[in-house]
Amino acid sequence: MNNMIVSVNPHVYAKDTTQTIMRDVLIALFPAVIASILFFGVRALLVEVVCVAVAVACEWAFEKITNRPVTILDLSAAVTGLLLALNLPASIPLWQAMFGSFVAIIVVKQFFGGIGQNFANPAITARVIMLVAFSGAMTNWVPAAFSNAPVDAVTAATPLAVIAGGEGELPSLLQMFLGARGGSMGETSCLALLIGGAYLIYRRVISWHTPVAFIGTVLVCTALLGQQPLYQVMAGGLFLGAFFMATDYTTSPPTPAGKLIFGLGCGLITVLIRVWGNYPEGVSFSILLMNILNPYICEWTKTKPFGGVKA
Amino acid sequence: MFSGKLHGIHAPHRKNTVDRVPVRLPVPPVITVPMSMNIGAPAKPVVKPGEQVKVGQMIAEAGGFMSAPIYSGVSGKVKRLDEIVSANGRFDTVVVIETDGEQAVWEGVKPPVVTDKDSFVEAVRQCGCVGLGGAGFPTSVKLNVDPDRVHAIIINGAECEPYITSDTRTMIDNADDVIYGAQLLQKYYTADRIVIGIEDNKPQCIKIMEEAGKGVPGFAVASLPALYPQGGEKVLIYNTTGEVVPEGKLPIDVGAIVINCTTLAVIAKYIRTGMPLVEKVVTVDGSAVKDPQNVIVPVGAPIQNVLDFVGLKCEPKKVLYGGPMMGTSVPSLEAPVMKNTNAILAFDAKDAEDPVPSACIRCGRCVAHCPFNLMPAAIEAAYNNKEPETLKALKVNLCMECGCCSFSCPARRPLVQVNKLAKAMLNQYNAEQKAAAEKKAAKEKEKEAV
Repeated sequence: MNNMIVSVNPHVYAKDTTQTIMRDVLIALFPAVIASILFFGVRALLVEVVCVAVAVACEWAFEKITNRPVTILDLSAAVTGLLLALNLPASIPLWQAMFGSFVAIIVVKQFFGGIGQNFANPAITARVIMLVAFSGAMTNWVPAAFSNAPVDAVTAATPLAVIAGGEGELPSLLQMFLGARGGSMGETSCLALLIGGAYLIYRRVISWHTPVAFIGTVLVCTALLGQQPLYQVMAGGLFLGAFFMATDYTTSPPTPAGKLIFGLGCGLITVLIRVWGNYPEGVSFSILLMNILNPYICEWTKTKPFGGVKA
Repeated sequence: MFSGKLHGIHAPHRKNTVDRVPVRLPVPPVITVPMSMNIGAPAKPVVKPGEQVKVGQMIAEAGGFMSAPIYSGVSGKVKRLDEIVSANGRFDTVVVIETDGEQAVWEGVKPPVVTDKDSFVEAVRQCGCVGLGGAGFPTSVKLNVDPDRVHAIIINGAECEPYITSDTRTMIDNADDVIYGAQLLQKYYTADRIVIGIEDNKPQCIKIMEEAGKGVPGFAVASLPALYPQGGEKVLIYNTTGEVVPEGKLPIDVGAIVINCTTLAVIAKYIRTGMPLVEKVVTVDGSAVKDPQNVIVPVGAPIQNVLDFVGLKCEPKKVLYGGPMMGTSVPSLEAPVMKNTNAILAFDAKDAEDPVPSACIRCGRCVAHCPFNLMPAAIEAAYNNKEPETLKALKVNLCMECGCCSFSCPARRPLVQVNKLAKAMLNQYNAEQKAAAEKKAAKEKEKEAV
């Protein structure tokens, strides 16, 4: 009997794999995808398909060219592509969307060693780069269906821009919650994002710590500053960022304490930018900045071994 | 100090054999008894080829303080002394006995005289007991402590590994022996409390032990959540007493003795009848097994005989000593059942397949599930970068290799394997550091002398 397998324990495994986790994220984003199509039309779906396709293609091509194992089946590139798309205005030129996917996968993810090695969230980083490179197209907000925008309007202001003193009329809180407002195509529907976030928490893909700390900090700080906290919380990319981007495994801390600090930091930076910064929105920047601080947070929040004695 | 709950995993229970009353294995034609069935020195054979042996007769004496004698579970003739490669890869002497099927009991089997703690420890030593939960630590060494230091005696009835119901059957079938053992411990160690920890997925055991333990002073049943590795020694101590065993210390340093319920039953039986440890109740299960059940097997019986008796669905691709979380895979079906074997699990090709690891995604599940709060992913990185100082800081030496990290890893990283290697790297580094320091000290001394 020489053909028996001998291996180190354990000999059973939990069901979850990288692929099932990424699949859960895609499932959790499905309501937001539906909402994006509902409010911004088929054009939203087109951008999403293009972003996902280019992200997966870039990952495949890079790994083929560099002779690495192809990892597109772990679905992480698809997640990055979809997250990027949901962070873009529906009117974005397709070549710019493609460029964003390319930057996310090739520059931010693969150049740093592929999945698990990137120090910043690929979708967030790509969005920030696009915001700087194509600031016009990236802030060209098409009016959402069922919103207050005049029927013949070509562009619409985001609620945050309105709060910051721009022109336009604030949507109702119900419109805010459902997503009938200007903004990136996947960020507007708090309801859809809440359903997705709840699913991820239920499936234990993410824990509550980061989103609660992130959203809670924004709520409390804007309330203290008299900045219409309910609007602040539902506006911009806060829900999308808090549930789907700030919880990215690779670029956020693994421990509950670390997650709380990470979420708190994201919330504070978001409020700082929104209230005193030049940009009306700060979620992307806050997550990116906290990504950079992540190694330090991990260091501060190291677990204490059970029974460990200091040398 | 530490407070809060220890982590763990919800492993599948698969206690398919809980209702299977152990059945005796027909005496195999040949048994192969290994000398290394315990932590510490191997036993030394005291029989010669050609010699007749009977059930309960000593075939090997303890090979030192940290060792245990071995007795024959069959009657027959010693065929030869041989050498095999054991499951851990080391060479091991074995006594091969050709059985005669008579199962005649040795005339020398008679209850020992136990009057005080020392004679009790000696009896434990003579009965050949080692930690039957799987560790194989010589029980007499564990019990050879000052009774005044013992505050809590913790009987391990957690049996947290999937599949295994060997201890469960001990508690159901031999509750009286477990209680008698508990009374003996109480008598010679006068602990404040004597607790049997049982996972709450075994309600019948909890009920039986509560019933059987009535009237034993200080005795209590602790119903523990079925969270693997509830039966880990330090985990069990913490969850029953709240005490944390510090790094480098033993349970007795926090006033605790932990003893497996089957070990205790074996000791009680020896003191009652004089029959030492010669056979084990082994759970035979796994996807390659036709009819999973519990089998009473003489120590040394080849796994092949046990599997043939139970019946196989297909050719097993992986066979384990013990449970799927901490069990060792067996290289050959010739391998014998040992003292600390509580299960033989045979898996088909699908379950035997090793998963393919992919890149770590830093999800933190290994950290979130480690009972000892270690950081397996960080340990893996430190090992790969050959950083023993970092390994030391990460306390890899505390790892009990329970398997929670590998179990929960979605990227299927071989974290337990790396932890084992990292411990070896750290040990070697520590030894080198020590040697270098000694060398330096010697040199300085020499200089001074000049």
